[in-house]
Amino acid sequence: MSEPILVAENLSRRFGNFVALNNVSCTFRQGQLTAIIGPNGAGKSTFFNLLTGAIAPSQGKIRFDGRDITGIAQHEFARIGIAKSFQITNVFKQLSAHENVRVAAQMRASRFDFLRSRASLTAVSKNADTLLERVGLAALGKRLAGELAHGQQRSLEIAMALASEPKLLLMDEPTAGMSPEETSTMMSLIRTLSTERTVILVEHKMKLVMGLCERLIVLHHGELLAEGTPDEIRANAEVRRVYLGQG
Amino acid sequence: MTQANPISSAIALIAQHRVAAVLIFLLLFPLIMPYEALALNILIFGLYAVGFNLLFGYTGLLSFGHAAFFGVGSYLTGITIVHFGLPWWLAIVAGTAASGVVGLLIGFLAIRTRGIYFSMVTLALGQIVYYAFYKAERWTGGENGLRGVTVEEINVFGLTLDFVNPLTKYYVLYVFVALALWLVSRILASPFGAVIESIRENENRTAACGYDVARAKLLIFTLSAVICGLAGALRALHLSIVPIDSLHYLLSGQAVMMCLLGGMGTFFGPFVGAAVFLYLEDVATSFTTHWMAIVGVVFMVFVLFFPKGIWGTLVQRWQRWNNHSVVTK
Repeated sequence: MSEPILVAENLSRRFGNFVALNNVSCTFRQGQLTAIIGPNGAGKSTFFNLLTGAIAPSQGKIRFDGRDITGIAQHEFARIGIAKSFQITNVFKQLSAHENVRVAAQMRASRFDFLRSRASLTAVSKNADTLLERVGLAALGKRLAGELAHGQQRSLEIAMALASEPKLLLMDEPTAGMSPEETSTMMSLIRTLSTERTVILVEHKMKLVMGLCERLIVLHHGELLAEGTPDEIRANAEVRRVYLGQG
Repeated sequence: MTQANPISSAIALIAQHRVAAVLIFLLLFPLIMPYEALALNILIFGLYAVGFNLLFGYTGLLSFGHAAFFGVGSYLTGITIVHFGLPWWLAIVAGTAASGVVGLLIGFLAIRTRGIYFSMVTLALGQIVYYAFYKAERWTGGENGLRGVTVEEINVFGLTLDFVNPLTKYYVLYVFVALALWLVSRILASPFGAVIESIRENENRTAACGYDVARAKLLIFTLSAVICGLAGALRALHLSIVPIDSLHYLLSGQAVMMCLLGGMGTFFGPFVGAAVFLYLEDVATSFTTHWMAIVGVVFMVFVLFFPKGIWGTLVQRWQRWNNHSVVTK
């Protein structure tokens, strides 16, 4: 079995008196495509936000590559190799698609240099071109990100996430609000991406991930309900009761 | 068939060399103004609005306390000349540097907040600076302002210039404005310039890309304060006195108006806004004491019908026309 890349140890998160996530421990292995699933309100998004550094856990620890990363700042995540794509599309709407990716790629080259010329970073710009091509947006680089179709904006976001050259990519409902065609394009993109790096998906639609992922983690009422291969999860009586039973 | 339109290529050339274009314009500017003092005022407040625009138009942070930086620049230039007898150019450096320090302090406290709270915190801290200078009467002259910031002649490379002559004064201060505009253009074209625009567009995404948003905000806040402080320093030399309203929150509000009028988030827009604002004020005060009402109406017309401002609308029109002509070529 491959090395663990990300380990959650007894993670809890409270909002006031409400416990959104309660004592969840699990391990994500290098190179494995894992999906976190669960019905609405299961704590998937909270779990995602903890693993990507948007919020800090109330209790517990997160280890990445053997290092304790609990409570480090949001911007550190991209630098140590954890990138994410958001559930609600988060792009720089008034900037061109190319500039969106270029800014994301620039992070590794220059952050606070205010006297050098941006145009001198030609490698960064080329990198952005490559990434746009990767997600199928090569022809749309000059368009404003806000003018792109919904599915294209999501692809753009993935290009931005990839720009930090992450070891681990987390995606929050990557196919949310997409048409069937856009969904199948996205699924094949995810499949390709997962051959190069570790990918973790948060997904609401269980059918979608069954054929795609090697491993599933099921959350329910903020607790870990089950984990295993798609076949194991399908056979799990508990999971069938709380999740599949709903249709 | 692909022959470029001469107008279009001329505009592209100007856009490419925006600093040079603005500087040539400002070189000729006193000739088209009714009198030199107005040209000087526009030169100084244009720079002030450009500095403010770094934060407002490019980073998306609305500060209501920028008079503090303008005023500190003015006062420290005045104080170092009146009380310490510093040469005029060193006084400008002192005033500008002091604004940078105050900008760093106020920025450090203000960037922890967002949206309307940011505006309110900058307003409150700006008022604290106002009262501190108001009370320090021994140094600042209090309510009467600081008098006697008189520089009659200056020596530049062995050349003695008559600083009382408004046109000479204009071109001496012009050199400082030119340097500042070059710096602003550099900042905007830099990798860091891309980061602040990303912050304006989406703060969370910028952080997720790996940028320390708080640090970037503090840096641009301080740079903005330095530019506004330089504008204040130049005004002290222009007026020979530092009035207490240099620190007044009305002046902070004027920066917002100038940016909106001219076009926030464009390089030259704030200058256009400052020029229109001050020209209107100048014309309107000649026949009514209620000039604010006239300026207010013009301002409202622009906010309602041209939300991109005068310069911003022109730039947008040109871009559309240019894109259109490219498509139909």
